[in-house]
Amino acid sequence: MSQTEGQQHPLSIYLWIWLLLFVLSAFSYMVDYYQLQGMLRWSLILLFMVLKAGFIIAIFMHMAWERLSLIFAILVPPLCLLVLVALMSAEADYTFLTRLKLFSD
Amino acid sequence: MANELPGHGGDATVNDGLGGVVSDWSADRQTFPVPWGKAMMWIFLLSDTFIFGSFLTSYMTVRMTTTVPWPNASEVFALTIAGNHVPLLLIAIMTFVLITSSGTMALAVNYGYRRDKKKTAMLMLATAALGATFVGMQAFEWTKLIVEEGVRPWGNPMGAAQFGSTFFMITGFHGLHVSAGVVYLLVVARRVMNGFYDRKGTYETVEVTGLYWHFVDLVWVFIFAFFYLW
Repeated sequence: MSQTEGQQHPLSIYLWIWLLLFVLSAFSYMVDYYQLQGMLRWSLILLFMVLKAGFIIAIFMHMAWERLSLIFAILVPPLCLLVLVALMSAEADYTFLTRLKLFSD
Repeated sequence: MANELPGHGGDATVNDGLGGVVSDWSADRQTFPVPWGKAMMWIFLLSDTFIFGSFLTSYMTVRMTTTVPWPNASEVFALTIAGNHVPLLLIAIMTFVLITSSGTMALAVNYGYRRDKKKTAMLMLATAALGATFVGMQAFEWTKLIVEEGVRPWGNPMGAAQFGSTFFMITGFHGLHVSAGVVYLLVVARRVMNGFYDRKGTYETVEVTGLYWHFVDLVWVFIFAFFYLW
């Protein structure tokens, strides 16, 4: 290889992340298999989800090696979706309570 | 720390860190020091994030607002294997198939940059095959749901009617992405084989294809968490 181009990293890092994704997926499946409930279930689901998503974006999609300007341009705008989720959950609570009141009889 | 970047005129040195963000955006030159195809793929994926994000948010909204119990995904997607009732088995296998395909794709990108045509193409074909397997399993899942469980977009025997509409919309749109990705992978793998990227002088297209494929896997991570496990 005479020149370097693009994103070149040792193979081992991909294999390790691959294994890690397998393990994390197995863990999230276990959450359902053992029928964990309540806050424990939801926090574990979110934890494994965020870890898996983070490793896919950072390593497989090479985001960890990109410049901050690109990282910000891509990863900051989706935070708007969190605002949408907050707005819609407030709205959904209201709709639910209205339905309880009006549909209950 | 300062380093040289392509697209910055070759002789320009730029800073890393927050100062680098300011100089990247404010200097009168190309902002992102990556091939244009890669920048455009990232921006496309950003827009796709909003599509899937909006789908999942609407799913959250209908699930929170319904006064009828939500069908238990763990039960709905259970399979009976040799008399044993295993919850979510098919979905777990689909998840592993997709993660495996992401792994083979990551290796394909790596071998592409090493100019190893044969391994790159073979790994991309393996990725496409795993993707096709995923779509096949999804077709099986849909068939089982529609024919045996009687799930329709407007109702189902297990509970809230919105279960069907959100399920078919979200997994259908994701399956469409996987199917399109399989075609995309086959096209690029063929070009790898016939030396197109050797003539072009760069294998960055393989990495751009990889970005799309990993995104499809990424979306599945969220669908798996919110739709199947929640």
